[in-house]
Formats: sequence, structure tokens, C-alpha cells
Amino acid sequence: MAKGDPGVTTRGRRAAPRSKRTASANAGDPALVQLLTPEGERIESAIGPDGTEYRVDFTDEEYRGLYRDLVLVRKLDAEATALQRQGELGLWASLLGQEAAQVGSGRALRTQDMAFPTYREHGVLYCRGIDPIMPLGLFRGVDQGGWDPNEFKFNMYTIVIGAQTLHATGYAMGVHMDGKTGTDDGEAVIAYFGDGATSQGDVNEAFVWASVFNAPLVFFCQNNQYAISEPLERQTRVPLYQRAGGFGFPGVRVDGNDVLASYAVTRHALDNARLGQGPSLIEAYTYRMGAHTTSDDPTRYRIASEVEAWQAKDPIARMKAFLTTQQIADADFFASVDEQARAESVHLRERVLAMPNPEPVTMFDHVYPNGSPELDEQRAQFSKYMESFEGSAH
Amino acid sequence: MATETLTLGKALNTGLRKALENDPKVVIMGEDVGKLGGVFRITDGLQKDFGDQRVIDTPLAESGIIGTAVGLAIRGFRPVCEIQFDGFVYPAYDQIVSQVAKMHYRSQGKVRIPMVIRIPYGGGIGAVEHHSESPEAYFAHTAGLKVVTCANPQDAYSMIQQAIASDDPIVFLEPKRRYWEKGPVELDAPLSEAYPLHSARVARAGTDATVLAYGPMVRTCLDAATAAAEDGRELEVIDLRSLSPLDLTAAYESVRRTGRCVVVHEAPGNLGLGSEIAARITEECFYSLESPVLRVTGFDTPYPASRVEEEYLPDLDRVLDAVDRTFGW
Repeated sequence: MAKGDPGVTTRGRRAAPRSKRTASANAGDPALVQLLTPEGERIESAIGPDGTEYRVDFTDEEYRGLYRDLVLVRKLDAEATALQRQGELGLWASLLGQEAAQVGSGRALRTQDMAFPTYREHGVLYCRGIDPIMPLGLFRGVDQGGWDPNEFKFNMYTIVIGAQTLHATGYAMGVHMDGKTGTDDGEAVIAYFGDGATSQGDVNEAFVWASVFNAPLVFFCQNNQYAISEPLERQTRVPLYQRAGGFGFPGVRVDGNDVLASYAVTRHALDNARLGQGPSLIEAYTYRMGAHTTSDDPTRYRIASEVEAWQAKDPIARMKAFLTTQQIADADFFASVDEQARAESVHLRERVLAMPNPEPVTMFDHVYPNGSPELDEQRAQFSKYMESFEGSAH
Repeated sequence: MATETLTLGKALNTGLRKALENDPKVVIMGEDVGKLGGVFRITDGLQKDFGDQRVIDTPLAESGIIGTAVGLAIRGFRPVCEIQFDGFVYPAYDQIVSQVAKMHYRSQGKVRIPMVIRIPYGGGIGAVEHHSESPEAYFAHTAGLKVVTCANPQDAYSMIQQAIASDDPIVFLEPKRRYWEKGPVELDAPLSEAYPLHSARVARAGTDATVLAYGPMVRTCLDAATAAAEDGRELEVIDLRSLSPLDLTAAYESVRRTGRCVVVHEAPGNLGLGSEIAARITEECFYSLESPVLRVTGFDTPYPASRVEEEYLPDLDRVLDAVDRTFGW
């Protein structure tokens, strides 16, 4: 799969190897849509709670492409964590463990679709074909995001929890008002958020708005089980995907560590949205393997055995097992992916280290599109003050 | 040139209609703005003429109004949001302060949020609690927002159109108790020739003391100036119009002449606009001042029950009392 090209080709499709397992074999959670088991076994199709049948139909090249994405986003994420530990980033919010939810949903987006991320969607960003350096200025502290959402079809990161779900809803209302729904090439919008955000008023207001305005929007909740230290039980008494019912649109829970299922449910939901069938909620059931951010210490609130149990459901390991047993990829391929990941992370590191600090006076830039005489005066005073140090020892 | 006598409310309605006509990207959204025409009828008739995709009755949630308007703005629309009453803006405060105000800055100028947030504000209408507040300081304190308020029908008509045409996010405060006051409005004057949105204006020239006011208090101060004139004292009344940025050029010039300054607003005095204005006047006009800059404001209480609001709100007598004190220093 070409980087940045989320399309599914019809050439050389590989039929899913028949499995004796079915979706209902997910004894722990019959509602979970899964197409690839933790052991790497393919499930032909899975039935969602509303009867929708989910399946994927990838070529070998596309399967390998998804694996490459997973490995690359994990490696780049690890590099960013290392950069924070070395003092080169002020903070990092790692996606470790959530690669499949992000790659699956990110690759499901069509070129014209718009994404509204939180601050952890580095994998979605990568799958949109965006240079992974883009958000690092924010975490290094040399800017505050600073990209044009419409250029990349990817909104700026939003740190206030849940606020972006309303932005996504309004944007999706605009899509509808622009007459860009109702056809196969219509536009759809995806809003990312986490399990903690579902307690926010903004997210619930977004559910109401999207529903009554029939907005072409997919709410993509990565339930990684924790909001910093607080477990899911502190946010909800019902499975999150079931919340959708109360708002009047469908909800589905997908195995968020299964890139194939994440792709399938997201593609289906996006296509429904673009066709004018309104919003839906996807709960990608996953786990935050690392800390909330580099400032967090998860050993204070969760036990090692829980982490180990989720380690066994690793999204990359299961994909690798599948590619290996089905002979879709060989050792040379895996080595080449590792090498590409290493090279891209080195390249990323070099560019982070080369990021210049902004000139102090630029803090006055872009406060208002039309400027402000008060700010102009403060800038002039500040510049004069700074100039007074020129030539001095300090 | 067509000059009509309109109420301030009707002038706003006419200005909104013009904005909808002139730019198909302008959308009005809020609670009850459609069929009802707003609880104060400021959007009366607009949904009927422009449809429910241009004049949108929203669900009853203020954060949702502003948050979805942010998304519409990113999509290229120019949302004009109505918050039904001053005291109901706080659920939207996070979206306004953390999102609307910062989007252009964070994006290094790549995202513009050309949003107008209309808020009927201030007291004097005998309302129950949460319906009479003056929240302007919260917004004027926030970098990235501009804050304006109109005091007469002509300004209402032109300023609302200027605010909508501006790419800056603007909190547009409407003095609700003045909605029914009438005045002449030039309907056909081109917007480009209208008095600048962010400039103060001398509402009444005078020589003995300078009175600074905005929104609902301009009328009060003009009445005070009339009364003072009967006692042989000429007050210069300046309508500030723009609260962020503040335009104090005319005020400085005036205070240098009069040597006395009183700032008047309904909002509580503590850390209100008057505090900032007094500080700036003192910095700029220190050697011209015959007395300290005095403030006449609401008290530092919650807005009181309406049966005592007349005592809470600055009125003609309290303004004149402050003016007297500047002479007694």
C-alpha cells in the first residue's frame, strides 16, 4: 500500500484463509469485531451488533503495507519517547499499543476525508501521508502545532479533552451544507477521542449535534482503558459503544489491536457517513501499553500482570504471525521494514535536533488576523527592551 | 441616502440581514434564533427568508454552539453565534477561550476563525438571576479575542456588519436594556465608510471632566452630562465602543484638557475594565490629572435580585457624585 493512499485495490486479492473460528468465538466479548486473532489467525468475517458483516479484501502488497505502517509508527513513537528522555522534547504522548487502531482507521480514510485528532494520533497522521516531524515542534516547545488543517485534511492536535469532537461535528455539518454528501465520492469526517473524553460535556454535546443534524461523522473512540490513572470503570457503567444507541446512531466495538478489523469498521462507517446516513460511534478496544505521557508513572495505578496480558494481544506480533504463516512476507521483508523504520527514526531525530528556537519577539505574531495596536505597542516596547542588552555581556 | 429611525434591536436585525445577503458563507446559529427570531427578536424573520441552513436553531448547549461553529469556521463558514443571555455564556467559556481565541495563534496564522459571538448583556430589565450580567472583562482579558459593544442604533447596524466581515473572532456585546431605544440609522452608507469598529468616539463634547463609558452606560452618562450642564459643568462623554483592543487616544486627549476622569460600567469594579483604563490614563496623563481617575461600577457582589438592581447599577446620580468628587480632591 502506497504511503498516503488509503484506497483498496481490487488487483490480486487474497481470499482470507478459512478459519474454524468465527467472531462469536470471542468468548470474552461476543460484541467485539475481530478479523485477526491475537495468535494471527484470520477470521473471514465478523458480524457487528446491528448485523453488519465486516470483512476486508486486501492484496498481499496491502497486507505488507499495513504491517510496515504498524512497525514504522511504533518505531517513530519510540524515538520520540527517547528524545523526551534525553531532554530534546518537553513531553511526549506515546501511542504504544494503539498502533492498529490508528493505522486501521487512518488507512480507511479516503483522500477527501477530514480527521480531527487528539494529541496522540501520530499513527493517523503518518497514514495521512504527513511528515511525522509536523507535531514535534509542539512537543519540543518551538511552536504550538502550527499547521493548516485544510492543507493536510488533519486538524491541529487538540489538548483540551474532547473539545475537538465539537469542531469535527461543526466541520461535518459544513460538509453537509456544502452538499458534499450522498454520493460515493462524498466527504466524511472522523473525530478521535479517548475513553476518558466520553465523560466530557463537549463529547456528549457532539453526539447530540451530530445526531440531530445527521452529520457525516465517525466518532472514533480509542478505549485504551485509562484516563491517565483512572480506569474505564470510573467513566462508564455501560460499554462505551452502547452509548451511541441513546443518541440515535449505531455503535460498534472493534478489536483495536486488530488492524484489519479497525480498517473494516472504519471504512464502513465513513462510507455510510459520506453517503448521507449520518454519524456512528466506533469503540476501538485497545490498551495504552506505555504511560499517559512521559510525565506519567503507570506503575502507581496498574499491575504488571494486566500489562502482560495485553502484551499477548500485541497488534504487530499478530500481523507478523499472520504474514509469516500465510507466506505473505519473508524474513527479508521484515528486515527491510525494520531497516526503513530505523532510517526514518534517525532522520526524524536529526531534524528534531535541528529545530531552532523561535525568536522571542515572534510570540507577538498571529494573535489576531487583523492585528492590534495595543500588541503592536507591546511588541515595540519589548523589542526596545531586548535591544538594550545588545553589546552587553548578558 | 435612506435614513430611518430604528430601535437598536431592529438595527441589529437589519445589519444581520445585510450580512446574510452579502456573504453566502455567513450563518447564524443559536437557541431559538430561527422560528422564534430569538428571545429578543434580533433574528426575527431571518430564517424565513434565508432558510434553516443559514439560520440554524441549535440544540440547547452553549459549548456545542461555539464548538461546532469552530468546525464550521475551519470549513470556511462565517458563524454568527447567539448566546441567549450573558449568564449562559459560561458553559461555552472553554471553547471561546481555549479554542476560538487561540486557533489563529497556534496555527501561526494558518487558521482563521471569523466568528462573531453575540451576547445580550447587562441589567436593568428586571430579570431573574443569570440574565443581567456584564462578563466583558473575562473576554477582554483573553488574548486572541476582540470585544466590542454598541450604544446606539447606528452603531448597532454598522458594527454588527463590521464584526461579521472581520476575520478576527469578536465577542459582540449588546446592551439589552437599550434594545428598544430609537435613533436614526443610515441604511445605505457603504460599510467601508462606517466609523472604524475598534475606535472610540466622543459622544458629547465638554471641557470640565471626561466621562468614559460603553454599551448601556453611554445613555446614562449622556443623561448625566445633560444634568451637569444645567449646573454649569460641561462633561465630555466618550463612548469606548471597543473594549479589546481599547482605543484610549481620544480619552488621553480629553483628560489632558479636563484633568479629570470618571470611568463608568455596570460590571463589578474589582479588576473590571475601569481598573485597566484608570491605570492607562494615569500612565499617559499623569501630569495633567487634577484628581485620581475614579470608577463608578456595579458592586463586587453577584448581580442582585432585580428589585434592588437600580441601586446596584450606576445611574445618573452616582456618575454626578463621582464627577463632584474629582472636583473636591
